[in-house]
Amino acid sequence: MTPPYQKMNATEILDLYFIENRARLLDIASFLDRIDRYEGAEEAKKDFRYRAFQKALDLARSPGERTVAIQRSLSDPTSEPIASAVGLKAYGAWPGRES
Amino acid sequence: MRAIDPHIHMVSRTTDDYLKLAMGGIHTVAEPAFWAGFDRGSADGFRDYFHSLTVTEPARAERFGIRHYCWIGLNSKEAENLGLAEEVLALLPEFLDRPNVLGIGEVGLNKNSRNEIKVLERQFALAQRRNELLLIHTPHLEDKLKGTRIIMDLILSEPRLRPERVLIDHAEEHTIAEIKENGFWFGLTLYPNSKGSPERAIDAVERFGTERLCINSSADWSVSDPLSILKCANEMRRRGYPQEAIDKVFFDNPRMFMSQCPKFVTG
Repeated sequence: MTPPYQKMNATEILDLYFIENRARLLDIASFLDRIDRYEGAEEAKKDFRYRAFQKALDLARSPGERTVAIQRSLSDPTSEPIASAVGLKAYGAWPGRES
Repeated sequence: MRAIDPHIHMVSRTTDDYLKLAMGGIHTVAEPAFWAGFDRGSADGFRDYFHSLTVTEPARAERFGIRHYCWIGLNSKEAENLGLAEEVLALLPEFLDRPNVLGIGEVGLNKNSRNEIKVLERQFALAQRRNELLLIHTPHLEDKLKGTRIIMDLILSEPRLRPERVLIDHAEEHTIAEIKENGFWFGLTLYPNSKGSPERAIDAVERFGTERLCINSSADWSVSDPLSILKCANEMRRRGYPQEAIDKVFFDNPRMFMSQCPKFVTG
């Protein structure tokens, strides 16, 4: 444990966060396995959210500002207001102009 | 630990949560008016809600030595019904005059629709006329980046609304830089499933600095944690930050922003 008032180095960050992020990684892998295992997997994999998720996984392995890159890849890139919000909800990924 | 939660919906929490806040060192809270989980059917529903924010909740908080402030406004999820919105907007001045009200909030956008923008512009005009502080709700998930930009454009096009008197809340990694560059305060929300974690919030502190930053729980009726700002402060502590830096983020900063309203005094 780093003593108070001393900033950590990268190895100490790895020590502190590795186990909990290993668990998160396995949660994601298990989520993808779950989709594969259930009936209708091929249809689910065509969904815009599944495709956006796969793209985000690629971005997580790319160098640079990974968090910002993933956030942007999941965002509505347009700038015009929509006509009405009635009945609409947020999905977590942008479905595109046709949806 | 001494902390302020600048965004928490205590109307949705138990009295036991007030005790937990007090025991954890959170002796000042601010509660924005928000969507109650259902669309209200009449302006009277809003009147009762604003009454609870300005009378009932301060009394509940006082039992535990907690100062309770609030923000009054019409949230964006109930802005599509323009007729009802007009009736609610007419109620706002009466409640803005009450002693625990810091300004207009949380107001903003949800799905970035034209009616949401109309109602937001009306509330910006009211803020100008009364020189009120503004607490801004930004959209969730895929709508956040677009909505944050629309909101900032609306504010920056009106010279009488000063960015240093506006906090743009629920910021995330992809919106923080633009918010800061435009001179606004920004809020990070700790919300287990759909917003940020303590780890990501402190990563943002390291990436973007502590200036004009407030961290909040936004704890409400959904999956949320009224003690999350204490967990976030502990995240900063376990990375080795000194207590002064932790105090700046969790006490000094929210006090600095909200003290721009002369009604605000910390407990």
